[in-house]
Amino acid sequence: MGLLNKHGVFERHSLILTIGILITVSIGGLIQMAPLFYMENTIEKVEGMRPYTPLEVAGRNIYLREGCYVCHSQMVRPLRDEVERYGHYSLAAESMYDHPFQWGSKRTGPDLARVGGKYSDEWHVDHLIDPRALVPESIMPPYAFLAEKSLDFRNIQDDLKALRAVGVPYTDEMIENASMDLRAQVDPDIYFDEQDALVARYTEASGREGTVQIRDFDQDPDRITEMDALVAYLQMTGTLVDFSTYEAEDLMNAR
Amino acid sequence: MSEHHKDIDQPTGVETTGHEWDGIKELNNPLPRWWLYIWYGTIAFSIGYMVVMPAIPALPGLGTNTRGLAGQSDRIAVAEQVESLRAQRSASGSALLTASLEEIETDRELQQFAMASGESAFGDNCATCHGAGGRGAKGYPTLADDAWLWSGTLEGIQYTLQHGIRHEEDPETRFSLMPAFGRDRLLERQQIDDVVNHVLSLSGREVDEAASSRGADIFAAQCASCHGANGTGDRTVGAPNLTDDIWVFGGEYRDVYNTVYNARNAHMPAWGERLDEATIKSLAVYVHSLGGGE
Repeated sequence: MGLLNKHGVFERHSLILTIGILITVSIGGLIQMAPLFYMENTIEKVEGMRPYTPLEVAGRNIYLREGCYVCHSQMVRPLRDEVERYGHYSLAAESMYDHPFQWGSKRTGPDLARVGGKYSDEWHVDHLIDPRALVPESIMPPYAFLAEKSLDFRNIQDDLKALRAVGVPYTDEMIENASMDLRAQVDPDIYFDEQDALVARYTEASGREGTVQIRDFDQDPDRITEMDALVAYLQMTGTLVDFSTYEAEDLMNAR
Repeated sequence: MSEHHKDIDQPTGVETTGHEWDGIKELNNPLPRWWLYIWYGTIAFSIGYMVVMPAIPALPGLGTNTRGLAGQSDRIAVAEQVESLRAQRSASGSALLTASLEEIETDRELQQFAMASGESAFGDNCATCHGAGGRGAKGYPTLADDAWLWSGTLEGIQYTLQHGIRHEEDPETRFSLMPAFGRDRLLERQQIDDVVNHVLSLSGREVDEAASSRGADIFAAQCASCHGANGTGDRTVGAPNLTDDIWVFGGEYRDVYNTVYNARNAHMPAWGERLDEATIKSLAVYVHSLGGGE
């Protein structure tokens, strides 16, 4: 019983107690953190994932600003019914350029991880303007002002720089051309050369054709609105990874 | 502390720990035994759990996490579950794949199966635009009536589902483009006003006769090639019938004016990649049954 009764030492000396607490807590911390430094695989190796284009980043910022994540998750869990409804379960790789991630913990509305391409642009615009015009039982608030408000993208370069600072592999070229890339993606009729450059840049990052969608997303060709950016972002979600080359059965990918 | 004598606190009759500060003694009330044993039990369980289930994130050299004796993996499990679900369905589902759409509609058992699976797929994927039961919404065609833009036959509906409408990623998609007569300055505002009057007159609406007759010429020159000389539409290019007073984008003067000015080229995503073939067939049968199937 001798050793067990030594707790009196800790109880009588606050410095020893503090050191004791530090040692105990750091054991727990080390066990969780240390493996991340030598593990080969925390994020699946996938093909097609790329940093978001400036327009998508702007749309994502609106998604965050409006608190879409409060009601919509962005993670299809590996459960049968979810996979049946939403499609392939989400991979860690799919949110590796999300800062912060949008997994969410509550679904008042449906999951949006794979909403990209599921509905038409018109639908997204109509639905954001007046959700109940299309889905009478919906309780989503209307976001009609997004179609009115011009997109403020003066800071888009800084947005990309900030993302690069936390590890998103934007190239100097991407950052330099951010503002033009944004305009080129939404204005299909004006910036032909710039579009080619945009597509080339992000296709190279993706390693897969067809991940950059270029069109006027909000059916208002005269202006770049916040609606353009948000719909561009939504139409991209869940579409980047090439699942035809993803090996779900590979033990490295088993979780 | 063993070296202390047992000291019993008089008022409560509980043994003290022997600690005493300023005449205040600490009672020694040990944890209830049952609680303590459950706690020990959870520790023992966690060790067993670590051995059986994937637990330790990674050990140097192992590369990945420990698999555990049970080899449990949620991702592999869900793949198996989805697989077995598909197998369960294919008892009737494989019949769906081989049967023609007509056979599905006439075979009672197949038809019931297709309707049930079509209805649930419709609710999840189609009702967001076309409304529950295909009642439609402004801008999204009603599927429960017999006015079809492209095709109302079983095969036609299946094709639309498979390839979408103006879905540019699919080379076989149904495609046509209505010009934006106003926005692209093909017609003057006055001319648009005339032609709108004429279009409204086609479905028997009261219009300005003079404007309508002026509009008739413009209609013949600009619109008739797709919508037909008398405005009954052309399904090969998805040009709607303008005489039936059914309006996808609204039938008020303003709506029609807006349509002619800006054009409407609605887009429906192709579902061929998102849904499997049996589901698309079921959906075709379901949509065909909503009211206007041909």
